[in-house]
Parts: sequence; structure tokens; C-alpha cells
Amino acid sequence: MQKVAIIGGGIAGMEAAGQLNRLGYEVVIIEKNNVPGGNVANWDRLFPHQRPAGEVVRTLEHETENATIIKGKTVINFEKSGNICRMELSDGKVVTANAVLITTGFRLFPAEKKEEYGYKIYDNVITSADLEKMFSSGKGIVTPSGKIPEKIAFIHCVGSRDEKVNNRHCSKVCCATAVKQACEVKEALPESEVFCLYMDLRMFDRHYETMYHEAQTKFGINFIRGRLSETSEDNSGRIVVKCEDTLAGKPLKMTVDLVVLMVGMEGEGNRKIAEVFKIQMGKDGFLDAADDYLNMTQSSREGIFLAGTCTGPKNIPETIAEARAAVSDIHVFLNRQQASV
Amino acid sequence: MKNEGKRRIWQEYQKEIPNDHYFYVRSCIRQNFFPASEVMFLKIMKDELGKDIYENEYHTTCSGIGYHSDVVPLETTMTVVARQFALMTEAGYENFAASCITSFGLYSEIMHTWEEFPEVEAKIRENLWKATRREFKTPKHLAHASDIIYKVRDEIAAKAKYKLVNRHTGKPLKVVEHIGCHYSKMFPSKGVGGAEYPYVLTGMVESWGGEIIDYPERRHCCGFGFRQYLVKANRGYSIANTKKKFDSMEPYHPDMIITNCPGCPYFLDRWQYAIAEMEGKTYGENGFGIPVFTYEEVASMMLGYDPWDMGLQVHQVSAEPLLDKIGLPYDPAKKYQGLHREDLGKPVKPGCLKVY
Repeated sequence: MQKVAIIGGGIAGMEAAGQLNRLGYEVVIIEKNNVPGGNVANWDRLFPHQRPAGEVVRTLEHETENATIIKGKTVINFEKSGNICRMELSDGKVVTANAVLITTGFRLFPAEKKEEYGYKIYDNVITSADLEKMFSSGKGIVTPSGKIPEKIAFIHCVGSRDEKVNNRHCSKVCCATAVKQACEVKEALPESEVFCLYMDLRMFDRHYETMYHEAQTKFGINFIRGRLSETSEDNSGRIVVKCEDTLAGKPLKMTVDLVVLMVGMEGEGNRKIAEVFKIQMGKDGFLDAADDYLNMTQSSREGIFLAGTCTGPKNIPETIAEARAAVSDIHVFLNRQQASV
Repeated sequence: MKNEGKRRIWQEYQKEIPNDHYFYVRSCIRQNFFPASEVMFLKIMKDELGKDIYENEYHTTCSGIGYHSDVVPLETTMTVVARQFALMTEAGYENFAASCITSFGLYSEIMHTWEEFPEVEAKIRENLWKATRREFKTPKHLAHASDIIYKVRDEIAAKAKYKLVNRHTGKPLKVVEHIGCHYSKMFPSKGVGGAEYPYVLTGMVESWGGEIIDYPERRHCCGFGFRQYLVKANRGYSIANTKKKFDSMEPYHPDMIITNCPGCPYFLDRWQYAIAEMEGKTYGENGFGIPVFTYEEVASMMLGYDPWDMGLQVHQVSAEPLLDKIGLPYDPAKKYQGLHREDLGKPVKPGCLKVY
């Protein structure tokens, strides 16, 4: 039986594993963490319909029941000899396969790099990922200072579209995540005042505009077009936020109880993968596909395929669709390989 | 507040500061605003610590204020700066120390420009040669004088006779640190601690026993901001900025302010008088202001110099409440005596701001 190795057990990897199994291939998933699901596993609910992220992950995990999953390991060496791909893992074990699918995804932008935003300095500055953990805990929305927040500011584009941190790209999903999280906060704390400080609102997909519309009409969330310039802490531990309201053309300063930084996607975590597999990576840290228009699932090296956010920011449906597309390409590739043998 | 977060940033922004052998250039305006600060820097470095710091009487303005006010073209400014470097080269030094923050920022900007655009440096070399027949090497190390005091802060602490501690309560003094904008805002990597949470003055205060206050308008301009003040019509904007800072720091009850820029101590000091006159508002204890010091003055206080020898009598806000807290003795009768103990006459007391 021909075998495919999938590097990364996030949603793209798991979806591809299920599809490859159904096509009759043996699949091994190599996942660096001890739990599968990637970044989605750290989320509580997903836009646009508030579906629990755990439900999505569990459904995909079920798809992988016929695959071998190696957890807590990374590939440290890769060699290709003829039709055989040989991978040495971090524990010294070796995995061989006829094709490799890389689904290593993204890493969240480390918000502390935006020093002026005060993450890991001011107690009441958190990230969107921290807020999801708070949602998941079921303990309600409480600031790290232990207060039920009355005023909350969501800061869009943290680490995205920002030359200062060398990330020119739009992370695509943060706007919708901010609107989702703002609505969730308002739902839990109806008396609170919630602000979204944005550059543009990129509500690019079906249902997203409706969500944004509801955020304003049903939840009364205040959207302010202006990029955060800095945060500071007052003597009660509240956060002073400074930005420019670019629609009003005025500087704006307000004091809030909680600041949520909408951290974007970074491809930087793929650098090691690009080095080990000797495939091309863009300056932005995302892996380069063979053709940005017509072949997003083929890497720069034959027999190594790509899917999901390792090639750039995507939402979940796009990631799943690309995983399936990669499976189709792998299937064609392996059929040709077998025919040539 | 998580101090470990700041410490992580401080570790990232450390620069190489030579321990010795500097060509020192004074500031145009500091010599008028706080005339003894530069004298005290030289005294501490040479007499107390035995360092080799050389200055040259042919040094001129760097023309930074003119450049930032759009009255001196950049090419002219660069040629003036090239001449300063030529003086350093002729004196046999490789380390350049600037007293002024704007000069430091300007030197950083010009050296960076020359690295990026060697053809500009070549043109400036040609300009300097035509104008003065001088040649130069760019400094191996560029430091602001506060970088150097930061570097030797523990040596000063070891020799200190006084600490930034309230002798009546035994508690550390609460200190506001204010960094000049041109220190690291343009080039965060050139300043100790970076631009957002600079460490250069914080490090001194920590070494000397004080405690830093982080207040909401900490990063805000002191109110000098060249165009705010140099254009007379903008001066309301200047004082409004200063007032914003004082209103923001007031709830923390700071004992003192430490600065590393020529303009900042001047504006934070003098505008306290103007705010008091305009609004009847004072920010220190019992109707006094919050004393504002240069880092050289603070170092001198730690070492036990006579307050009047370090020029504290030219401050608008009385330094005495702070001197009383740290226990540094002073003779009120000698406050307004000149260098040769001649009577300079007492200034008129302000109407609102209490002074000694």
C-alpha cells in the first residue's frame, strides 16, 4: 500500500488524512504537539455561526482513526531517494512515505513584539487567543485583575498589515474573529461598552457582513476606524488607549478595563520545515506554492505537497477545501508514480 | 504591571557603551538652562572615576535645532557634524559622547544615512574638505552622555554618600523618568532599553535606590517639541502638553523627575511656574512643584556635592524638599552666591508656586 506522510495534525492535516484513507492510502501524521487540532483546538467557538471549535476538531479527529498519529515529534531530516521519502524524527525514529503533505499551518503573532501595545507588560492587555481560553474556561469574562470589565477594546490587525513587524499580509480571519468575540462579550456582559478599533473591516465571506451588521444593530458595538498608537496603565490598573479616529480626523484617548489584541497569522514557524524539506519559503515566512494561481497545493519540490495556512492565511472552509484539493493532487501523483514503476 | 515583561525588552535593547576614552561634545542650550550639569558630568567622570573624557573648544553647535526647525538644510547639517567628527579624529579619539539628546539623535541619523547611502557620505567629505581642509573618521562608538552614566551607575552607587531614599520614612523615592524624544524614538536600538520602555534612566534610579513610576502619559512629549515652542504662537500647545503630563503623574505623588534631554528638564521645570500662575495649580507637596533634575545633577547629589555647585539654584521649582528627603545638606545663605561667592541677588518669588 502506498503511504503518505502528513506533517502537521491541524485541521488541514486531519481532513487530508481522512480523505487519503478513504482512497486507500496508508497515512501517518507527524504532529509536533501532544494534541491534534492545531490552532483551532485552542479556540472556543467559530465564526460565523458560533459552532464550537471542539466539535469541528473532534469530527476531523474521528476521520483520522485509520491513520497513525505520531505526537510530540518533529521532522529533523528529510531525504528523497527515487520514489521514497525518508524522514528522521526528533526521537531518532525514521518514517518513510511515497509522498509528503505539509500542513504545518501558522503561528499566532507574538503580541509582545508590538511593545507599545503592552502585552505581557500591562496585566489587562490580552490577546484574542487568551480571550478564547477565557471563554472555554466557562468561568465568565473577568480581567486578569479580577474585575468584570465594563469597557473593552478590541484592537484589530495586531501583527498584520504592519511593516514595522515585517508582516505586510492581511491575516484574513482576525476581523471576523474580533466581531465574533465582541458579540460574545456583549452577550455575556450586556451592560458593557465594547469598542473595535480597526483599519478596514474585511468581511470577505458569506455571512460575515450579516455578523458585522448584527454586531452594530443587535449588540451595539462601537466600531472606530483608527489604529492603536499605544497603551499605558493608570493607577487603578485600567488601560489607557490612544489612537486616531481617522473618520473624525481626531486623536482619541479612552480608558478601558480590558484590551484584546487581535493577533494575526505568521508563517514564521515554517522556516524550519522549509529548511528540512528544502522547499521554497517566501520572505513573509509562508511556504511558496508552485503556482499561486493554478497550483497552490504543489510545493517547489516534487512529491511534497502543501495545504492550509502554511501557504498563507485562510479561514476554515478554505483550509478544508485546500486539504481535499491536495489529496486529489497526491492521488494523481501516486497513480502516475505507480504506473511508471 | 509585569516588570519581567519590561526586563525582557530591556535585555533586547542593550548597546555597546565603551567604559572610557570619549570625545565629549557639549549642548548649545544646556549650558544656559542647567549650566552645571555638564561640568558635573566631567567632574564625576574625570575626578571621581578617573576616566579619559576630552573636550575641544572648537566644537560648535551640531545645528540640530535648525535642522529640525527646517531652517538649516540637511546637507549643511551633515557637513557641520562631519566637522565635529574631524575634531574627534584629530584629537585621536574613536568614541564620541554627546551631551545633547537632539545631537545624539542627529548623529545617529547621519551615521545611519551614511551607512545606507555611501555616496552621501562621500559628498559630505568633499564639502568638508572644500570648506575646512579637514578629514574625519566616523566614530567607532556613539554614546549619549546618559548612556555613559548608565554604564557607570554602579560605580557611582558604590561611591554614593546618599541614596534616592526618603530618610524620614526609609522608603525609596518615587521617581518619574523622562527620556528625550530624540534619544531612542527614532532609532530604538540606539537607546538602552529601546523606545517604549527605556531603561537608561530607570537603571540609574534602580542603582541609586529609587523607585520608578510608570504613569499613563509617560511617553508624552515634555512640551518642548521644537515647533511647539520655537513658534511663539504655538506655545499654548507646549504648555498644554506639559500640563497633560503633570496631570497624569500627579496621582502617583512623585518625589522628583529625572531627565536626559536639554529641553525636558527646562520645560518640565519652568512650565510648573507658568501653570501655577495661569491655573493656580501646583503638583508637588504643600504648594511646591515637583523638583526636576538632570541625570548629572542626580548623580552629583548621590555623590554628595554641594547643591549650589551643581546649579540647583537656577531651577524654578525648589530642589530643597528633595534635598531634605535624601538628607543632602545645603546652606540657604549661599544659594544665590556666584562662583566666587559674590551676591547675585535673590529672584522675585512667584505668586502661586511656593519656593524656598
